[in-house]
Amino acid sequence: MGEEVKVFGYWASPYSYRAELALKLKGVSYEYINEDIFGNKSDLLLKYNPVHKKVPVLLHNGKPIVESVVILEYIEETWKHNLYLPQDPYDKATARFWIKFIDEKCFPTLWLAAWSPENEREKVTNEACEYMKTLESALNGKKFFGGETIGMVDIVASSVGYFIRVTQEIMGLNLLSADKFPQLFQWSEDFANCSIVKESLPPRDKLLPFVKGLIAKYQQDNAKA
Amino acid sequence: MAEEVVLLDFWPSPFGMRSRIALAEKGIKYEHKEEDLRNKSALLLQMNPVHKKIPVLIHNGKPVCESLIQVQYIDEVWHDKAPLLPSDPYQKATARFWADYVDKKIYEVGGRVWKTKGEKQATAKKELIETLKLLEKELGDKPYFGGESLGYVDVAFIPFYSWFYALEKCGNFSIEAECPKLIAWAKRCMQKESVAKSLPDQQKVYDFILEMKKHFGIE
Repeated sequence: MGEEVKVFGYWASPYSYRAELALKLKGVSYEYINEDIFGNKSDLLLKYNPVHKKVPVLLHNGKPIVESVVILEYIEETWKHNLYLPQDPYDKATARFWIKFIDEKCFPTLWLAAWSPENEREKVTNEACEYMKTLESALNGKKFFGGETIGMVDIVASSVGYFIRVTQEIMGLNLLSADKFPQLFQWSEDFANCSIVKESLPPRDKLLPFVKGLIAKYQQDNAKA
Repeated sequence: MAEEVVLLDFWPSPFGMRSRIALAEKGIKYEHKEEDLRNKSALLLQMNPVHKKIPVLIHNGKPVCESLIQVQYIDEVWHDKAPLLPSDPYQKATARFWADYVDKKIYEVGGRVWKTKGEKQATAKKELIETLKLLEKELGDKPYFGGESLGYVDVAFIPFYSWFYALEKCGNFSIEAECPKLIAWAKRCMQKESVAKSLPDQQKVYDFILEMKKHFGIE
């Protein structure tokens, strides 16, 4: 039977990127639909994700799956080759733990540190650094969080490894630096250099001005509040 | 090989209740260790150094942290009895979505109901009812979120029922009046031994909340 796979995403969204990278790692062909999430969300998006109204949405043979981590688990269970989660239940639980840690702690504080006003920045930055130190410990001498090859934790950590690195360039911050976090920094380099990752990441020269504009908007909204 | 299962827990924690229910559903014998959160044990700090929180499931000496991760782990290891997650990937994804929704909304919004007053509380109550109504809609006519039997979403959500009485008293409203089908579902779950054994008495939870309010200086 022909598989129909679609991804409703946004070119600059780190969450949307996860869904695309996972499909690419599995060699699954899909149609990509870019949503105008800051302007006009399509009727289809609102139909497929009525609860959160967000990207990414994975549509598989007409059935929608939403929330990036739920999508990653679904992709893993549906296309059972090039597995990116460990088979052993304990190792799987450990991978899920780090994914939750990245999404609930690392990524949000790093983003906050990027756009926070000067007077609040130090406290948030210190918190972010603590989280990065903890995340680095999860690497434990391995090349990737998944071991020799990219795993689900690496896919999720792309938010930190790529998107945050771009963000800190704009802000002139040095959060994820080679001297402070040598292992994590090396991981982000190795990750971005994988051919499959390289060919699917949003281009830096396009992402830089976009994130700059987004940060300005956050700062503006925060000043008004 | 003899299995050694320990659960580090705190009796009013809805997150701890999830793991208690999952273990009971599978008929797993385990040692239950009650933690004093103002004086955390060396074992807790050793087993969950990142978050220092309960619950922690320790299986043959190895810790699993985060309640929903524990429930999935329990389901995968003891897979031959009372499956909690469906085997079909799409149904599994749906279950994960709703458990994630419960996680994102109920605890935080419910917290605002008992921690605030006046307009903030009114907003929190409204949000809570909206959230519960959406879950009620998802339940539909099924006896459980898992279908004919208790599933992952039921386990994720039912612990919060033990907090409903406290929230109703603090917020001066009736959840049953707004979401009768949901309360019917909750009572149905409570008829199961695994759930009834794992949830504390609602009055006890209310007394605990009153103590917390006093402790934090909330009226």
